[in-house]
Amino acid sequence: MKKKKMNSNTLLLLITIVLFVVMYAAGCVVYASKGFTHLQTFLNILINNAGLLCVACGMTCIMLTGGIDISVGALIAMDCMFLAVGMERWGMSAPLLCLLVLIIGILFGFVQGFCVGYLEIQPFIVTMAGMFFARGMTAVISTDQVSISTNEFFVNLANFKIELPFGSYVNSKGVEQIPFIRITVIIALIVLVAIFLMLRYTKFGRSLYAVGGNETSATMMGLDVKKTKLKAYMLSSFICSIGGICYCLNTMSGSVQQATGLEMDAISSAVIGGTLLTGGVGNVIGSFFGVLINGTISTLVKTNGKLLSSWSSIAVAALLCFFIVLQSIFAKIKDSKK
Amino acid sequence: MDKLKKITGKQLFLPIFCMFLVMAANIIYDVACGNFALNFFTISIRNGVLYGRLIDILNRGSEIAILAIGMTLVVSASAGTDISVGSVMSLAASFCCMLLAGYGVSSTTDLAVPLLVGVLGGILMGCVCGAFNGTLVAYLNVQPMVATLILYSAARAIGLLLCNNLIVYVRNDSFKFFGGYLGFIPTPIVIAAVCVVVMALLLKKTALGLYVQSVGINKKASRIAGLNSSKIIFVCYLVCGLMAGISGIVASSRISSADSNNIGLNYEMDAILAVALGGNSLGGGKFSLAGSIIGAYTIQAITTTLYALGVSTDVAPVFKAIIVIVIVMIQAPPFKAYMKRRAARKALAKGGAAA
Amino acid sequence: MRGDSTVGSPLPKRKGVIMDNNVVLTMRGICMTFPGVKALDHVDFTLRKGEIHALMGENGAGKSTLIKCLTGINAFEAGEIRVDGIDGPVVNHSTLDAQKKGISTVYQEVNLCPNLSVAENLFIGREPKTKIGTIDWKTMVRKSQKIMQDLDMDIDVTQNLEEYSLALQQMIAIARAVDMDCKVLILDEPTSSLDDNEVAKLFKLMNQLKDKGVGIVFVTHFLEQVYAVCDRITVLRDGQLVGEYPIEDLPRVKLVAAMMGKDFDDLASIKSDESPVFTDEDILIDAEGMSHRGTIKPFNLQIHKGEVVGLTGLLGSGRSELARVIYGADRNQTGTLKVKGKEVKINAPIDAMKLGMGLLPDDRKAEGIIGDLSVRENIILALQAKRGMFRLLPMSKQIELADKYIDMLQIKTASRETLIKQLSGGNQQKVILGRWLATDPDFLILDEPTRGIDIGTKTEIQKLVLKLAKEGKGIIFISSEIEEMLRTCTKMAVLRDGAKVGEITESLSQETVMKAIAGGDK
Repeated sequence: MKKKKMNSNTLLLLITIVLFVVMYAAGCVVYASKGFTHLQTFLNILINNAGLLCVACGMTCIMLTGGIDISVGALIAMDCMFLAVGMERWGMSAPLLCLLVLIIGILFGFVQGFCVGYLEIQPFIVTMAGMFFARGMTAVISTDQVSISTNEFFVNLANFKIELPFGSYVNSKGVEQIPFIRITVIIALIVLVAIFLMLRYTKFGRSLYAVGGNETSATMMGLDVKKTKLKAYMLSSFICSIGGICYCLNTMSGSVQQATGLEMDAISSAVIGGTLLTGGVGNVIGSFFGVLINGTISTLVKTNGKLLSSWSSIAVAALLCFFIVLQSIFAKIKDSKK
Repeated sequence: MDKLKKITGKQLFLPIFCMFLVMAANIIYDVACGNFALNFFTISIRNGVLYGRLIDILNRGSEIAILAIGMTLVVSASAGTDISVGSVMSLAASFCCMLLAGYGVSSTTDLAVPLLVGVLGGILMGCVCGAFNGTLVAYLNVQPMVATLILYSAARAIGLLLCNNLIVYVRNDSFKFFGGYLGFIPTPIVIAAVCVVVMALLLKKTALGLYVQSVGINKKASRIAGLNSSKIIFVCYLVCGLMAGISGIVASSRISSADSNNIGLNYEMDAILAVALGGNSLGGGKFSLAGSIIGAYTIQAITTTLYALGVSTDVAPVFKAIIVIVIVMIQAPPFKAYMKRRAARKALAKGGAAA
Repeated sequence: MRGDSTVGSPLPKRKGVIMDNNVVLTMRGICMTFPGVKALDHVDFTLRKGEIHALMGENGAGKSTLIKCLTGINAFEAGEIRVDGIDGPVVNHSTLDAQKKGISTVYQEVNLCPNLSVAENLFIGREPKTKIGTIDWKTMVRKSQKIMQDLDMDIDVTQNLEEYSLALQQMIAIARAVDMDCKVLILDEPTSSLDDNEVAKLFKLMNQLKDKGVGIVFVTHFLEQVYAVCDRITVLRDGQLVGEYPIEDLPRVKLVAAMMGKDFDDLASIKSDESPVFTDEDILIDAEGMSHRGTIKPFNLQIHKGEVVGLTGLLGSGRSELARVIYGADRNQTGTLKVKGKEVKINAPIDAMKLGMGLLPDDRKAEGIIGDLSVRENIILALQAKRGMFRLLPMSKQIELADKYIDMLQIKTASRETLIKQLSGGNQQKVILGRWLATDPDFLILDEPTRGIDIGTKTEIQKLVLKLAKEGKGIIFISSEIEEMLRTCTKMAVLRDGAKVGEITESLSQETVMKAIAGGDK
C-alpha cells in the first residue's frame, strides 16, 4: 500500500491553522501589556463570534454543494428583530420565540432550497431575493431599534457565565478574574461538532460533497441531487437561525441594519478555511479557524486602539486575497502535474 | 398561437413585459387615487428642467444602468458576478472627493485640484479596482465571486481611510453638475446614455461581442481558436471597474459628498438583478445589452413605484424580492417544461374530446 | 430499401413479447421524438442472459437515445420495456430507478466524483452503515480493496479519485456498476479513453460477468472490439431497427453496410500509390528540440508542403502533446521552431495562427465547439480572431463564408444560425474543420478528426485531408486507428512514453507501424 500523500487541501488547512497560531502569538507578544495573553481574550473571540461560527458552518455545507447563501445576514437580522419585538412588545415567552425562529428558519430554507434545487435557479439570485425579503420583513416587524431588557429568562441566559476551572489570574486591582464563556459558545461548538460528524459520517453529508464534486455524476450514481440541495439550504437556514439566537444573546437587541455583511464574513471565513466556492472541497474545521482568524484580526485592531476599524476589514480582505492566490497556485501546480 | 409563442420566446420579451406591468400598476394606482390616469407618463418642465415620474426613473436609474453595462460583460465572459461594484463606487467617490477637497478636509467649497483631475482620478480608481479583480479572475483563475469579495469588503474601508473616517462634502457647483442638469435634462441620464451608446457601438462595430460570448461559453476552445481568453476576461472586469467609477462619481455628485458608508450600498445586487432581469443567464455566454439596460430601468421603476405607493425604504426590499423570485421562476427551465407538459395534456384532452 | 438486401436476413424467429427464461431484457416498439426529429421509430431490442450484445449504428442512429430511454434519462413516447423478474412493463424515471431494477450503466465520460475517495465512489448511495446508522468507513474501505483486487487493480482506495488516470477512473466506474448486482450492464463507449492493455483487462472482466449470467450491452465505434467480445449485434439506422444478428452471420463488411445502408467506397483506394518527393525548399515546419515539461520530451520534426505526417503511438504517448507544443497550445520550453525557414516564437495559439497554422483538437466538446454560438459564428471565429477585435468581418462576408463551408463539407444543419450544440458530433467536427479552412492555413494539425464519427463521414474527412495536401498544405494527422493513418499519411512519426522514437517513411504497413509503436524490446 502506498503511503498516504498529503494533498493540497490538507496543506491549505494546515496553513490556515499555522497562520492563526502565528497571528495570535504575535498579538500576545506585541500587546502583552494590554492583556492579550489572558485566556479570556481568546474566549472573548469565541463569545463575540459564536453567531458567525454557526453561520459559517451552514455556509460551508452550502458551499460544498457548489452553491452560496447570501441571505444569512438578513435572516439573522430578522431573527433578532423577531425575538426582540416578540419579547418586548408582544410579551411572548423566550423559549417559544426561539422555537418559532427555528421553524421560520427551516421554512425560509425550504423556499430557497426549492428554488435552487427543483426550479434550478442560480443560488446567488435566489438567496439575494431571500436577503431582500428577510431584510424587508425585519423592517415590517419594526423599524425601531428594540432592546431586550424585560424578558428575565432571556436576559439571564445572556448573562449566564460558565466559568472555567483553569486559567484564572489576578488583575492589576488585585481582583481574581476567572475566565468564562457564555452559553452561545457552547451552542456554537455543539453545532460545529454536529456538522463535522454529519459531513463525515452520514449519507447526507457525503452527498453534499458528491453533488459539489460533479452534479451530473452524482445524479448518474443515483443520488437525488435536487433533494440534497433542498436539504442543504434548509440546514443552512436552520443553523443560521441558531446563529441568530446566539447573535441576539450577544447584542440583546434588534434593528434593521443589524448583521449587514455577515454573509460575507461567513463566506470569507469558509474560504480562508479552505472551502472552495466551486464545491466539493472543504471542511467545517477550516471554517472554524477562518472565523477565529476573522475574530483575531478585529480583536488586534481593537486592542491597538489607535487604528480605524476599517483596518480590520482591510486586513481580512488582504488575508482573503492571500489565501485565494495560494489556492490558485496550488491548483496550477496540480494542473501542471497532470 | 405560434406568433404569440414567437414573441414570448424572444429574450427581450420578459424585461419589456415587466416594464409594462410596472407601468400598468402605476396607471391603476393613479386611477384609484383619482389622479390623472397617465400621471406616470406626464413630463412637464418646471423651473426650467424636465419633471415627471418617468424622468425621475430615468434619472435615478442611471447608476444601475451604467453598472449593468459592465456587469453584463463580466457575467457573460466569466460566468460570475462582480459583487464589488457598489463598494468600488464608494471608493471612487471617496477618492474623487478627497482629491477635490484635499486630505483630511471634511467640507469645502473651493476645489483643491481642478475638477477634471478629481473626476478622472475617481474614474481611474474604478479602473484600478477593475484591473485588480480582472487579474485575479483572468490570470489566477479565482472564482469571480470570491475574487470580488475582497474588494467588496475592502474598498469601502479603504475609502473611509482616504477620507480620514469623515464624510467629505464638496459644495461646489461645478462638481454638482454630474448629478445635476445639462440644460433641462438631468446629467445622469445623459451620462448613462453616452455609456450605453458607446458600448452599443463597440458591440456593433467590433468583434467584442463575439469574443466575450465565445470566451464565456468555452474558454479553452476560444483559446485554441486564437482568442486570448484571459485578456478578454480582464478587459471585461476593467470595463466593469470603469463603469463603477463613473457611476460612483455620479452618485457622489448627487449628494455633493463622499459618504463612504452609503454610496452604492447594495447597488451590486441591483446591477446583477438588472442583468438577470434582462434575460441573461448568470451562467455566462450569450448576452443582450439591451435586456440589461431595460432590466436596470425596470428595477428603478419598481423602486420608484413602490415609493410612490407609500412603501417605506426599509420595507421595499420585500416586494423587490417577491418580484425577483416570480420573474426568475418564470424563466426557470423546469417551470417552463412543466407549463409545456400541462399545455400538452390540455391539448391532448381537447383532442380526445373532439374525437 | 433499408439495405437489408445486402445483409443476411435478420433472425427469422423473434422472441415473443412474453419473456422466456433466457431473456433478461426486452424493448418493444420504442418511439421517441426530439423536436423535428424522429429519434427512435418502433425499435425492438432483446438481451439474453450471459451474452455480450453490441448495439451498432452511425452517429445519430439512435443508440444513445435508446439507452437513455432504458435508463430513464429520456422519456419514450410509445412501446414497452420488460425486465426479467419484474411483472408488467417497466418505466424508469431516473438512473436510480433503473439501477434498482438491476440496470447499470457506464458512460463514455467518467461519471464519478473526482473529489471523493475511490472507496466512496464505489459505495456512494449504498454505503455500509454501522449500528447507529452512520457510515462505516472501515468496512467500506475493506470491501473496496477487495473489489479492486478482484479486478487486478492494486490502488489505494482511500485516495481521491482525481489522483488516478482517466483509464483507471473508467475501470473504477465499471467496478462500481458490476458490484451493484446488476442483471443488465450497459457500456456506452467505455473504451475510447483506454489503451490496449486496459481494453484487454476490460474484456476479461466482461467475459467474467458474462459467465455469471449478466447481459451486457456494448456500444462502441471500434469494429475490432465488437468482433473480439460480442455474441450478437443489433444494428440501428436513422432511428430504425435494421436487424439483430448473431455475430457469425455478420462479417465486418456486411456490418458496415448495414450501418450505412449502402456499400461504402473502398477506403483503401483513395490514396494514390505514387509517393511524392519533397525537397528541402518545401520545408514548412522545422521543429528542433521542442518540448513541454511533463508531457513531451525534446523532439525534432520536419514537415514539407503537401505532406501528411501521421503521429502514432499509444494513448498518452505524447502524440497530441507534440502537436500542441508546435501550435503553442502548450508552451514550448526548449528548442526552436522554424516556419518556412524563419525562426519564430509562439506564445499562444494566436501567434501560430498568424503563421498560418490551425489545430483541430481531439477533445471536440471541451476545446472545439463553442456550444451556444451558431454554426456561422463558429465557422468565422478563428478568422475573426486572426483579424483582431477591431476589424469585424462584415455580416455579408460572414454569411458567405458560412454558406461556403456548410456546402463544401456537407454539414447537415437546419440553418447557418442553428446553435452548434444541436448538431450531431460528426457535423460539429466538420464545422470546426470549416473554421480552420476559413483561415486558409498552410499547416493544419488534425488531432483525432474522426473519433466518434461514423464511417461515411470518416471517409469524407480522409479524402479532404488528401485534397488539402495536394493543394500544398502541410498536415499533421493523429489517429488511434492505424489503418486510417496508413490511408492518408506519407510519413509517420512514432511516439512512446512522451518521446518521439522514430520515423517511418518507407514501407508503411500495419505491421511495421505496430512494431515501431510497441518498441524493439517487446
